[in-house]
Amino acid sequence: MNARTTTRTLARRGAPLLLALVLLAVPYSTLDVPVLLPGPLNSPGTLQLIAVCLLFAGFALSYDLLFGRTGLLSFGHALYIAVGSYTTNIAVTRGGWSLGAALALTAAVGLVLPAVIGAVALRVNGIAFAMVTLAVAQLGSIIVLSDPDGRTGGEEGLALGGAGVPAFLSGVANTVNLYWLALGYAALVALAIAWSVASEPGRVWAAIRENERRVTVLGLPVLRFRLMAYVLASLLATLGGAVHLLVMGGSTPQITTSDFTLGLLVMVVLGGAGSRWGAILGGVLYTFLDHRLAALGTSGAVADLPAVLRAPLSEPLFLLGALFVLAVYFLPGGLAGLAGRLRPARDGAP
Amino acid sequence: MSTIVLLALTGLGLGALYFLIASGLSLIFGLADVLNFAHGLFLAVGAYGTWWAAGHLPGAGASGAGFWLAVLFGVAAGALAGVLVELVLIRPLYARPIEQVLVTVGLGLAGVALLRAVWGSDPRQFPKPSWAAGTTGVLGAQVPNDRFLLIGAAAVVLVALLAFLRRTRYGLVVRAGVEDRAMVAALGINVRVAFTLVFAIGGAAAALAGALGGVYFGNVTPGQGGSLLIFAFIVVVIGGMGSVPGSAVAAVLVGLVQQFANYYTGAGVGEASVVLLLAAVLLARPAGLAGRTA
Repeated sequence: MNARTTTRTLARRGAPLLLALVLLAVPYSTLDVPVLLPGPLNSPGTLQLIAVCLLFAGFALSYDLLFGRTGLLSFGHALYIAVGSYTTNIAVTRGGWSLGAALALTAAVGLVLPAVIGAVALRVNGIAFAMVTLAVAQLGSIIVLSDPDGRTGGEEGLALGGAGVPAFLSGVANTVNLYWLALGYAALVALAIAWSVASEPGRVWAAIRENERRVTVLGLPVLRFRLMAYVLASLLATLGGAVHLLVMGGSTPQITTSDFTLGLLVMVVLGGAGSRWGAILGGVLYTFLDHRLAALGTSGAVADLPAVLRAPLSEPLFLLGALFVLAVYFLPGGLAGLAGRLRPARDGAP
Repeated sequence: MSTIVLLALTGLGLGALYFLIASGLSLIFGLADVLNFAHGLFLAVGAYGTWWAAGHLPGAGASGAGFWLAVLFGVAAGALAGVLVELVLIRPLYARPIEQVLVTVGLGLAGVALLRAVWGSDPRQFPKPSWAAGTTGVLGAQVPNDRFLLIGAAAVVLVALLAFLRRTRYGLVVRAGVEDRAMVAALGINVRVAFTLVFAIGGAAAALAGALGGVYFGNVTPGQGGSLLIFAFIVVVIGGMGSVPGSAVAAVLVGLVQQFANYYTGAGVGEASVVLLLAAVLLARPAGLAGRTA
């Protein structure tokens, strides 16, 4: 072991710690970055933006557990985020439950529903699995939009209300508490996934991703291990849905659509599938661009451009979609893979 | 009785729309192994192309021969989009199926966003020929004429596709490629030309679905392809990937189930039944109705 490797081990261990320290310091800083952020770091607008970015980093991590770690291409991950958001919301707002009881119910649903759906959907492989998850998620979207008994609010969505919402989680002045909540969620997902992929089943997931037939030949029940990954990823997404509800102050049918799942896929691939930092990086970057490009699109610099250029630049999804296509061609392994490719060149040794 | 006739014909019309989208998807997937998420974009290109031509192209309009010219323009735009997508974006990525899916996903997102940027997200009134707005009496039911338009177009496309696949040399190459692509290439036949061809056919059929769907729904929005695409995927899986007759049968089945269940039970139940149908077919026959073992 030479000095360079020890430095790298130090960086590997130290980077998460440093990141945690920076994120813990954010609400106490008044640093102002003019163009990138809507206001000083501890202003409600910026805190909300960072909270949403962290939340989506958590979503992307949970999706990466399926796509990057186990090799399952699901087009229905949004279903569980929607289930988390709407279950908690309906229990609190329509049923008058306390938040704790609603969260307990949501966790139970988040465990049982993916177990049932996964048991059926995982019987088919590859593209057929993708199609079944897409269809089931579409069903969820249709149910939410059809507004059964006036419970989900249909296209309007459902704002969070009722006596069950604790005071410290509502109101602009308490945005900092929502920030802590989102940070806690992202940390929980990151730890749960780091722990699970290092565990024994985690190694089997990687083996299934690389060579499913070989795992079968070794006598391991592939279906059971896949179901395990599916339920864990879905449970994390369901819990994230509840956090999404609190951060956003309501549920909207947009989180039920297949486009929402495609967004998660874009985040994971852009950041780098199956790596430690890829999904986090992709989730934060995508969400940040999605929010800030809209502001950029209406800014003076873009408004002066001729109409041919102005129209596409005012659509964040156009830029993100184009960026994603370019990343697929020129950045295999995503942004995280880019770091890995640059490192050997810099060290001068493999 | 008249309700049943109306429901059956409306269901068939919906099935016709699904078939137009699913036939191209199925061929593209069967031959080139590309799960094409940009198919909704081809549909939107056809719809907006027709809408634009009806307003701007000299000789084209909302009625008579002008309407057909507008539709032709939309279909040509869709076929061109299909060819361009295959040549520029898909071709460099063959034998990397996941990357291909990802590229079509990105293209679908970006393309729809671009349409929204250019023409706005509000629905645009679609040109509707006067004869399509009328109704015809069938067995005591007053059936809107646009249903017949959809069914007729789908029947023509089905017959033309089958004739192409079974009677022409290129059709033979496509069918052989669906069975075993490597063998076709080994026999010295340039199978990549067939890839471009199925993208052109798929793009044209989806664009036709977009144009006629515009007549059926009365307006056109950038996101219209998205929800239709999901049902077309379901049709492809039920029918068996790569099989045009399978897609036709599955499209009719899905359209009818959706209409009848929605009418007799409640809104949303039809879509739910379709998903259950998909689950049942996949569990009983994982390769779909046409049953090609993958």
